[in-house]
Amino acid sequence: MVNTAVDLCGIRLDNPVIPASGTFGYGREFAELYDIDCLGTFSFKGTTLSPRFGNPTPRIAEYGGGLLNAVGLQNPGVDAVIREELPALAEVFHKPVMANVSGFSKEEYVEVCRRLDACPQVGWLEVNISCPNVHGGGASFGTSPSAAGEITAAVKAAVKKPVIVKLTPNVGDIAAIARACEDAGADAVSLINTLLGMRIDLKKRAPLLKNTTGGMSGPGIFPLALRMVYQVYEAVSIPVIGVGGVSSAEDVLEMMLAGATSVEIGAANLRDPYACRDIVAALPAAMERYGIETLRDIIGGAHG
Amino acid sequence: MENAPLTESVFRLRLAGDTSAITAPGQFVNILLDGFFLRRPFSVCDWEAGELTVLYKILGRGTKAMTALSPGTKLDLLTGLGNGFDMAPAGDRPLLAGGGVGIPPLYGLAKRLCAAGRRPVAALGFNTAADAILLEEFRALGAETVIATLDGSLGLRGLVTDAMAAAGETTYLYTCGPEGMLRAVYDASRTPGQFSFEERMGCGFGACMGCTCETKYGPKRICRDGPVLRKEEIVW
Repeated sequence: MVNTAVDLCGIRLDNPVIPASGTFGYGREFAELYDIDCLGTFSFKGTTLSPRFGNPTPRIAEYGGGLLNAVGLQNPGVDAVIREELPALAEVFHKPVMANVSGFSKEEYVEVCRRLDACPQVGWLEVNISCPNVHGGGASFGTSPSAAGEITAAVKAAVKKPVIVKLTPNVGDIAAIARACEDAGADAVSLINTLLGMRIDLKKRAPLLKNTTGGMSGPGIFPLALRMVYQVYEAVSIPVIGVGGVSSAEDVLEMMLAGATSVEIGAANLRDPYACRDIVAALPAAMERYGIETLRDIIGGAHG
Repeated sequence: MENAPLTESVFRLRLAGDTSAITAPGQFVNILLDGFFLRRPFSVCDWEAGELTVLYKILGRGTKAMTALSPGTKLDLLTGLGNGFDMAPAGDRPLLAGGGVGIPPLYGLAKRLCAAGRRPVAALGFNTAADAILLEEFRALGAETVIATLDGSLGLRGLVTDAMAAAGETTYLYTCGPEGMLRAVYDASRTPGQFSFEERMGCGFGACMGCTCETKYGPKRICRDGPVLRKEEIVW
């Protein structure tokens, strides 16, 4: 029997598989399809202080390696999440959930985190300073080490639960951002969010996405995500959550060898709603194939 | 089972498999194709136990690739997606207004309305006679049809709305087609009704928020809360 358990900021995960924010809603659509207690945990839809409609459609485009999205943080707002989504989730998910938080000001991040920190179901706060699809918030905090550190420190001062800062790859030196978050007290970092891209409609000779640009995800970004996880693992001593194009149990193992303590899976859920369930199920056999008995032992194993 | 052209650009795909998740006409399936990351959504034209029919039009690379599917090929589908049409308010003589590849889900609806003893009348619009689809099938159900073509090569010369005007008094409206047509139908309609919308989708089952539209009752996901919206909730 192999051991798939990992520890994420003091909370035990049965396995390192975590559906990524924005691809799993608040869990209920997937709970209709399978028992989502099989997951390590999941990161719920990016939540802001007020309800947000998001960007105009089309919000979705495709490319050879996956998809682009420009959803723009559609969510019902933190109060509705606490009042409606979390009680509904309690019926179908019996593990701590990762609360993904976004905002347009330091004060908003702090307030949303403070409210979710008070919810017993929430295990971790994942602070998204990396959404490429909104203006005046999100990624603008994630592209400067000082702004990233400032948000991290402000949230840390307001909450008790572990704070994970989600980083954007759309920067020159992601390790410097990760270090700034660590220095400001972050308990972990997750990376990468989507890569900024676009598609053009040949018939209309215009951007395919109404937002012009969108975030690329899917298997096409996996090598880039893996490289960044590898670099950040060397730069910080807090846990790193590997995100970006993971689509198989073997990809999970690669991410962990690069330095990931756990792994978030995004686009794969949209192609196949059963993807995470199937990856969890495939993990023990994949571990056996590569002679891995205890999964946590391989974290960072590819570093010399 | 079958993948055959009905017109120059519209194909009929008949598949064998589990259809138990399909509960209402107007729902859709999401088909995974080799070489494409996202699934392709298609409204269900008709279904019975173990068998499913969709009609698709060649519009892009995905639908072009579908034309090469041969009988015996195994496909991965998510079925029973979306809300579908609610037949309860149909009344005795509901109007089914459809344009082009918006017509297939109305056929599945007409079949079930006829089976329920209603007398649906189908107002169907095409660009030209060569584009006409499903006419024999509607007539075989015993459904009344009024056809309009833009060039007048079949039926009335004009739009779906001209066919609607010629359909006489009706009790309710069901419609599916391109957004411009839906809007014209909305303006021309004199009864309450249900409108089936199309949008670019990511997942097709409500997870990604890729296909959200604004309604009078707040944001709705076309894939999950739709594709069918009630007339009174639509915001154009």
